[in-house]
Amino acid sequence: MSSNTIIKLDAVNKTFETKSRTVEAVSDVSLQVLKGEIFGIIGFSGAGKSTLVRCLNMLEKPTSGYVVIDGIDITKLNKKALRKERKKIGMIFQQFNLMPSRTAFDNIALALYDSGLSKAEIKEKVDRLLEYVDLSDRAQSYPSQLSGGQKQRVAIARALANDPKILLCDEATSALDPQTTRSILNLLKRLNKELGITVVVITHEMNVIKRICDRVAVMESGKIVESGNVFSVFANPKEQITKDFIDTTSSLSEIYRLVEENDPIVDLLHGEVLVMMKFKSSTVSEPLISTVSKKFDVVCNILFGDLEIISGAPLGGTVGIFSGDDDNIGRAIEYLRNQDITVEVIKDGRAS
Amino acid sequence: MAELLEKYLPNFMERIPEFLKSIVDTLKMVGISGAFVFVLGVFLGVLLITTKPGGILQKNAVYQVIDKVINAFRSIPFVILISLLLPLTRAIVHTSIGVKGAIVPLVIGTIPFFARQVEAALAQIDGGVVEAADALGMKPVDIIFKVYLREGIPSLSRATTITAINLLGLTAMAGAVGAGGLGDFAIRYGHNRYMTDITWVTTIVLIIFVCIIQIVGNFIAKRSTH
Repeated sequence: MSSNTIIKLDAVNKTFETKSRTVEAVSDVSLQVLKGEIFGIIGFSGAGKSTLVRCLNMLEKPTSGYVVIDGIDITKLNKKALRKERKKIGMIFQQFNLMPSRTAFDNIALALYDSGLSKAEIKEKVDRLLEYVDLSDRAQSYPSQLSGGQKQRVAIARALANDPKILLCDEATSALDPQTTRSILNLLKRLNKELGITVVVITHEMNVIKRICDRVAVMESGKIVESGNVFSVFANPKEQITKDFIDTTSSLSEIYRLVEENDPIVDLLHGEVLVMMKFKSSTVSEPLISTVSKKFDVVCNILFGDLEIISGAPLGGTVGIFSGDDDNIGRAIEYLRNQDITVEVIKDGRAS
Repeated sequence: MAELLEKYLPNFMERIPEFLKSIVDTLKMVGISGAFVFVLGVFLGVLLITTKPGGILQKNAVYQVIDKVINAFRSIPFVILISLLLPLTRAIVHTSIGVKGAIVPLVIGTIPFFARQVEAALAQIDGGVVEAADALGMKPVDIIFKVYLREGIPSLSRATTITAINLLGLTAMAGAVGAGGLGDFAIRYGHNRYMTDITWVTTIVLIIFVCIIQIVGNFIAKRSTH
C-alpha cells in the first residue's frame, strides 16, 4: 500500500443470509482511495453501494476481505479499538440522522462527549463548527425547525467534530432539492480542500460525481465494474451501466429517439450526414468545428450539444449535420477522429 | 353542605378516616411497586431492544430467554399470579397480606407488560439515529442512555402512563385479596354490604387519579417532543 493511499479494500465480500436465500450485497470489491481526494461510488439502488460504504467503518462487517484505513486493518480490531478508529471516520446520511430531542448545538456536542475536552472547550469547538457550516444563528434550533439542507449541515458539523481524516457520505444529497444539493456539494468540496479530509461519496446521481469527484467507481450487483478518474470513465465508458448513467444527465442520446420517430429536424437533404461528436480525451483545445469548416469546406449545422467542464476539461459532445462534398465530409470525419473525437454517423444521406 | 352529604352519602360520611387510609394505601402500592416496575421494566425493555437481532448488543440467547419469560408471565391472570406467588411473597416481605404483601405480585405482574411497552417505545426510535451514534464511536452504554432513553422520553412517558393506570387497576384487585386500599374499601362496604354511596365515591376518586396520571404523562410527552 503506497503511503498515498488512505483507504484500501481488498477482496471485500458481504453476504446477508435470510431464511430463504443468500444475498451477495458486496462481491469481491478491491479499491484504493487516495489521501485528500474525493472518491465517488455510483450505482443504481440495490447495487450494494450503501453496504460497501458501511464496510469502511464496520457498521457492516465484511464476510471476508480486508479494509485497511490509514494503515490499520479495521476488520481485525476489537470493539474498543474500532470505536477509536471510527472517530477518525466521519459519516453523513441521506436522512441526516440527527437526534430530534437535541438542538443543533447539542447534536454536534454529543460527538465530543468523551473527547476529554472541557465544557468550555466543547462550546468553543461546536461554535466554530457551526460557523464553518454557516449555521451560527441556528445553534439553538431543533432538527424539526431546520430545512433539509440545514440539517445536513448540522450532520456535517457533527461528523467533523472529532477532526476526522475521512468523511463518508451515504447519498448525502439524495433527499435535497437541486439548489440545496449544490450548496452541500460546495461545502464538501470546501472541507476537502481546506481541511484536507478525504471524502467518499456514495450516490446514484451523476451530477454529484461530475461536480465534486476526482475519481469514480461504478458499481453494479455488488461489483465494481469500472473505475478511474472521472473524466476518462465518463469520456470513454466501457460498461453499459456507465453509459446509462451518462445518459441520465446528457441530452445527446436524445438524437436516437428523434431519428426513430422521424422527427423533421433530422430529415436530411441529399448529401448530408447526421453525426454525433464526443470528446474522448481531455487534451482537445482546437476550435474543431471551425477548423473543419475551413479546412474541408464543410458546413456544420449544430442541432444541439451537451458540454460540461469536468476536472477542467470539456466532456460531452454535439450532434450536427454536415453538408458539403461527399469526399470532403469523409475527410472531415477522418480528421476529427484523428483529433481524439468519437464521431458516430447516425444517418448518412450521401450517395449510396 | 354537610347535611346534604350526610343525606346522600350516609355510609361514606361515617367512614372518612378509613377512606383516607385506603387512599394512602393505594398510593403506597402504586408508588412503591411503580418505582420497582419502572426501573426493572426499563432495564428489561432496553435489554430486549439491544439484544434482539440487529441490536447494538445483539445476543440472541439473552433475547430469547427474556422474550419467552415475559410471554409466560403475561399469560397468567393476575388473581392467579397472586396465589402462585404467595411463597415468594412470604419469603421476600415475610407476609402475604396488607400493602406489603401486595407489592411483590404487583411488581411481578406489571413488569412484563411494562417491559413490552418500553420495547415498543424504544423500537420507534429511528434506526438511522442509532446508526449515526454507532458511527460516531459511542459506547453501547452511552448509546442506551444518550440516544435510546433520551430520544425515547416522549414514547416512554406514554408507556409509563398506560402502565401506571393499569397498575392502579391491579391494586384494586389486590385489595380484594386482602391488601387494603380503595379497591378493598369499595368491595368490603360498597359491594358486600350494599353501601352504594361508597362504591360511587371510590369510583370518582379513582377516575380523578387516572386523570391526573394521564395529564402528567401527556405533559411530559409533549414537553419532550421537539
